[in-house]
Amino acid sequence: MTDTPNDPKASGWYGEKYSANLKKRHKSERLFRRLGLSAILIALGLLGILLFSIVGKGYTAFIQTYITLDITFSESVIDKDGTRDPVKMRSASYGNLVRDALRKEFPEVTQRRDLRALFGLVSKDATQQLRKMIAADPSLIGKTIPVRMLASDDVDMFEKGYISRDVVQDDRRVKDNELEWLDALQADGAISTHFNTRFFTGGDSREPEMAGIWGAMVGSFYTLIVTFLISFPIGVMSAIYLEEFAPKNKLTDIIEVNINNLAAVPSIVFGLLGLAIFLNVAHLPRSAPLVGGMTLALMTLPTIIIASRAAIRAVPDSIRQAALGLGASPQQAAFHHILPLAMPGILTGTIIGLSQALGETAPLLMIGMVAFIADIPGGVFDPATVMPVQIFLWADSPERAFVEKTSGAIMVLLGFLIFMNAIAVVLRKKFERRW
Amino acid sequence: MSFFPLVIVLLLMCTAGYWYGSKKALSGVRNNSTSKFITSRPHQFGIYVFIWGMIPPVLLGLIWVVMKLTAGNLDQGLVQQIENVVFPVAIMLGAGAGLYFSIGRISPDLRVRKTIETLVYGVLIIASTISILTTVGIVLSLMFETVQFFGKVPLSEFFFGLTWSPQTALRADQVGSSGAFGSIPLFLGTMLITFIAMCVAVPLGLMSAIYMTEYASDRFRAVVKPLLEILAGIPTVVYGFFAALTVGVFFRDAGDAVGIAVSSESALAAGVVMGMMIIPFVSSLSDDIIMAVPQSLRDGSYGLGATKSETVRKVILPAALPGIVGAVLLAVSRAIGETMIVVMAAGFAANLTANPLEAVTTVTVQIVGLLVGDQEFDSAKTLAAFALALVLFVVTLTLNVIALLVVRKYREKYD
Repeated sequence: MTDTPNDPKASGWYGEKYSANLKKRHKSERLFRRLGLSAILIALGLLGILLFSIVGKGYTAFIQTYITLDITFSESVIDKDGTRDPVKMRSASYGNLVRDALRKEFPEVTQRRDLRALFGLVSKDATQQLRKMIAADPSLIGKTIPVRMLASDDVDMFEKGYISRDVVQDDRRVKDNELEWLDALQADGAISTHFNTRFFTGGDSREPEMAGIWGAMVGSFYTLIVTFLISFPIGVMSAIYLEEFAPKNKLTDIIEVNINNLAAVPSIVFGLLGLAIFLNVAHLPRSAPLVGGMTLALMTLPTIIIASRAAIRAVPDSIRQAALGLGASPQQAAFHHILPLAMPGILTGTIIGLSQALGETAPLLMIGMVAFIADIPGGVFDPATVMPVQIFLWADSPERAFVEKTSGAIMVLLGFLIFMNAIAVVLRKKFERRW
Repeated sequence: MSFFPLVIVLLLMCTAGYWYGSKKALSGVRNNSTSKFITSRPHQFGIYVFIWGMIPPVLLGLIWVVMKLTAGNLDQGLVQQIENVVFPVAIMLGAGAGLYFSIGRISPDLRVRKTIETLVYGVLIIASTISILTTVGIVLSLMFETVQFFGKVPLSEFFFGLTWSPQTALRADQVGSSGAFGSIPLFLGTMLITFIAMCVAVPLGLMSAIYMTEYASDRFRAVVKPLLEILAGIPTVVYGFFAALTVGVFFRDAGDAVGIAVSSESALAAGVVMGMMIIPFVSSLSDDIIMAVPQSLRDGSYGLGATKSETVRKVILPAALPGIVGAVLLAVSRAIGETMIVVMAAGFAANLTANPLEAVTTVTVQIVGLLVGDQEFDSAKTLAAFALALVLFVVTLTLNVIALLVVRKYREKYD
């Protein structure tokens, strides 16, 4: 680029015509290079925007607003007859305790509509919480103690700054009178924010403030276990057969082409396969991790086979020959010598396949894993949902508070994916052998 | 006896068989003066016995499951009795018989390794046919329902009809009870979104591949390539959320700002985000293909005085063109089959439009819409999903086969 002559009168290759042309060509060279670089930067920028918007929306999901009120566990509400019968106490109306406490805090509120708004500040979860407290310790009856209760999703959104005071009242989820009460509570120090443990320990809920992803995490876990147990042995066995034993014939050719094509079949088609075969023909339970895992296993199988074949192929032939020369049978050579050496590569491929399965949503929608399930699944036959489907369900919910829950769940899912891929990278780095 | 204790007892029995079998094989050699060595290693005799012990119970179990599935209405009491009494006894007897038979056969001359290896070979073959079975299963299950669908809706309506409204009425006399199954709007919507995605992914992916292979230093490559691959590893549901809540809203607001009405479920938002997802796919495929262009072509071009960009444009790209076309075809097939982004960011209403600012729907969106929720299994509405899926399967398969052929042919040229 620095060849431009100092002497403009020079002729031939250094003539004015050529140097102008060269300048133009170098200019277009620079332009082209910049274009390439900017394509990469745009792609990375898009990735950055994606992650930034998820984290920006989602980090508040990990904290939750609580309201602390002095709850009087009055005997007249919990245990009218004074019998301390646990069954009766369980069915008492604990909501009244919260309402009484709020009424005491704001005696000036008397209108029925206002009262309803006032009671709405505290989450429905408070009832459950108080019931559990009494069940655990009946001696609380008759006492007055401060209790920290979940605030409703609207209060939570307001406290996190997602609902602005400046908006006209009609367009605002938190009305003027509620603002006043919240300010009063704030002044008393009754409103506090804490780490949202329930998000990591609870099941799904219709109420955003009570919703957690533990149920989906457990569902994902069971599904992945089933996927692994099916796809790993079958995938490795197919790979060994195709690489070590398969005769070169029509059938092997068909299997090869077939595996490559199967890897490119849209995932949703596997869902339809699962629906038609596992549910309608085999009558396995709907929404169960078993069926989800089987469907995903069929989907990840090509990935695992292709990776395993590459890993087996990478083991040098000398190992095989040495084993055979010492009297091992072909199968002993394959299982005792080649397979262990190929294992790091196979495991890397398997983990990558499983991380795809962990992020997969569409096929699971087909086999009914979209149902609303609040309970934590206890096994592979229980109805369950998985993390990506939970994200899909929350993303579809209209409540404002579910946006942050969705983003939070996405962050957790991405965390798991990063973790799995990191394991794959470490495996590859640590055990990969260059022959 | 319930399932798990039964399995544990069975395993214990067979393990005992394993131990006894290997012992017997060894002692056979020690006590017998005629044969000085055994044909297989002791543990292989053990495995032989173990397998013989497991075969009858597994077969019995399979027969019982198949019987229960096919027989339909069985008397519950009878089933209970069989499961609680007859079945465990039969399994124990079967396992015992298998163990007894195999232990009786053990002698130093028995060629156990051969037997086991034949069995393992069979299992390996079965495992590798599972992928074929999957394909057959896909084709059969889709075909079966599709044939039923075309029994209800004529072929011509499905392939040439211009309206798609698959609602099925509760009563026959309701308005629109027949539903309309013209799939043209869905195919056009799919093509529109795919086209937008390609407009994003192909230039960005190709240019990054060119920069990576021709310009970037090794260190740059080592850092940036994995970063780009992250884009491919993000679950599609995340892209869907991003498209619906960030990009869709952004385009709508931008449209409002300049006075153009943009639907919040516009094809543009879904297409752009889908393109973003496909960038690493295009770039890594093109990367391989550009790398495969022989260095001699580059050297020849440089030798004639061409700059790098001239070499890329006039020599490398034409040489790599077939491969790149193959890569783009693969990317198109990926985009057509993509589900979650469009389910979350594109609409459900079937609009016949080519305007990227309006909401369109795609084949995959409709499959999800038709099959999620309550379904009766033989209505035209549910069956339509299978017909759409079959079309999707055939189209993506064709694209893949063509792409693979193109890429393979191109590889041969330079290998």
